[in-house]
Amino acid sequence: MARQVKFLQGNEACVEGALMAGMRFYSGYPITPSTEIAELSAVRLPKLGGKFIQMEDEIAGIAAAIGASLTGLKSMTATSGPGFSLKQENIGYAALTEIPLVIVNVQRGGPSTGLPTAPGQGDVMQAMWGTHGDHPVICLTPDSVKETFDLTVRAFNLAEKYRTPVILLTDEITGHMREKIEIPDQSEIEVYNRKKPEKNEDYKAYKVYDGDIVPKMANFGEGFRYHVTGLMHDETGFPSNSTKNAGILMDRLMAKITDHLDDLVDYEEIEIEDAEYVIVAYGGNARTAKSAVKKLRAEGIKVGLFRPITLWPFAEARMNEISKNVKDILVTELNYGQLKLEVERVVRGNCPVRFFGKANGEILIPEELILNFKEVL
Amino acid sequence: MNHPLVENYFRIDKFPHIWCPGCGHGIIMASIARAIEKLGLDKDKVCVVSGIGCSSRAPGYMDFNTLHTTHGRALAFATGVKLANPELEVIVISGDGDLSAIGGNHLIHAARRNIGLTTICFNNNIYGMTGGQYSPTTPTHDKGTTAPYGNIDKPFDITQLAIGAGATYAAKTTVYHVNQMDKFIESAIKHKGFSLVEAISICPTYYGRKNKKGSVVDMMTFLKDSFVDHKVAEKLPAEKKEGKFLMGEFINKIEPEYTELYDGIIESLKK
Repeated sequence: MARQVKFLQGNEACVEGALMAGMRFYSGYPITPSTEIAELSAVRLPKLGGKFIQMEDEIAGIAAAIGASLTGLKSMTATSGPGFSLKQENIGYAALTEIPLVIVNVQRGGPSTGLPTAPGQGDVMQAMWGTHGDHPVICLTPDSVKETFDLTVRAFNLAEKYRTPVILLTDEITGHMREKIEIPDQSEIEVYNRKKPEKNEDYKAYKVYDGDIVPKMANFGEGFRYHVTGLMHDETGFPSNSTKNAGILMDRLMAKITDHLDDLVDYEEIEIEDAEYVIVAYGGNARTAKSAVKKLRAEGIKVGLFRPITLWPFAEARMNEISKNVKDILVTELNYGQLKLEVERVVRGNCPVRFFGKANGEILIPEELILNFKEVL
Repeated sequence: MNHPLVENYFRIDKFPHIWCPGCGHGIIMASIARAIEKLGLDKDKVCVVSGIGCSSRAPGYMDFNTLHTTHGRALAFATGVKLANPELEVIVISGDGDLSAIGGNHLIHAARRNIGLTTICFNNNIYGMTGGQYSPTTPTHDKGTTAPYGNIDKPFDITQLAIGAGATYAAKTTVYHVNQMDKFIESAIKHKGFSLVEAISICPTYYGRKNKKGSVVDMMTFLKDSFVDHKVAEKLPAEKKEGKFLMGEFINKIEPEYTELYDGIIESLKK
């Protein structure tokens, strides 16, 4: 199949990317504004021999996807705000048991039921801290339909490579917006598959062998008969109350992220080179910022855009470096300043960090961002 | 030298198990192993899934593909395993709290779908792992640490709940009636759709002590004397049925199984 040019929603592009990355199982529960992901998965998966199931609730949606992943099928579930809250316990389960999985959260407005059909970016900190206990987190956020496709592929690859749930944090803007997208040919897509153990090896389900990042993962049903538990466990996978073992496991889980920042952290920079001012924006809201930067540059103002693509782990080193050479950083997001806290932390006082956002379900328009930006001049 | 059943189907190095002396759960776990042995299932193709609680620790001791999940969610995880790979024989072990309180929604929907999962409920009428709180199957007026003045809730009949939700095989037995339990679990595993065996267990440590049920032998004797097969009970005069609980096979019928229906969709799309 050759490349195809299509006019798609972000949610549809997400499914196209997932299928090309090898998704063969989807389980979820209907929720606005993510439902198109379930609907298209329901249409497409059985045609490829894959499986779709609409579960009885959001919790079951992620639970079934984890179960399916254990049999070797690449699995995904998608949701939005309230559903993301409900899935949190099992996100932690997948993180501790190291089961590859992609969780899409198409963010909507407000807490609680909030504004189901309006955009928001209020789940940024929840994506990092939503489930209890320390745990590894990989969270990606796209700003276009094409990037939703690309990052969905990347989310699957990272989930397999690092054996961890990966959160694709989109929003109602990118989820429902339609854009022209060229879908690559399958042969152009780089697909990463989990490493599986050799048969007859003295298999320890949670032992990392030399040269590997994570333990090799056997499919249920292929003769390894291992144990998976959300209790702290040793490298055999069986529960252990030893604080020494718990420490070893926790260190290893956290180091999967902290030792591989070069592989994980991704961002886009526009006109940063000579910038005196920097706007930080991500996801759908970055489009407003891009337009604002373009207009400000046209007025001769030396402003640049820094757009985190990997929200977690955050581009700490690069953001800090940039902050040494600029007069001011303005973080803009559709919330009350969540990523702003992280930017402030990593900038470590090198320059002032301001915030401009909205959390009433409206998008920001470039003119109001420009107006706010100019207060610093 | 261990019994061959133990050698063949258990992870001996994981013993001793965590259950209290006199707990009925080991009887049910052994019964599951005997049923699997009798059916001659390939161990590599058996997956045992559990939630959280005393009973849910069983899979750790059993030599299969084992998955100890989050509280109440065993059936939801198991649904994913079964749909993704229908070749696997998926057995769910769940306690009364796990299955009918926090996991109640998954129970009714797994039954409704008639997906080919075998659920064995280890029902000891109490939350044992957390120290004796009343559960959805604690009888009215009985005590738990959170029902110090007697339970005012009405208990669930888990077997009837599953039947009401669409289970195509459902049976109830007790840890006293072991031969019957072996037979029911065997039938449940063989059954194509959603099957449930409610195994009434005993918790002498919490439920027994809190409710002055006497020794383990007293509790077993109570099971022996109080449970009567529902077919036998039909023929008994009213006064002989008083205070008795019904057990036996309540439903066993064939209806289309979920994963086969889904595979049918996949096949139809190939045309």
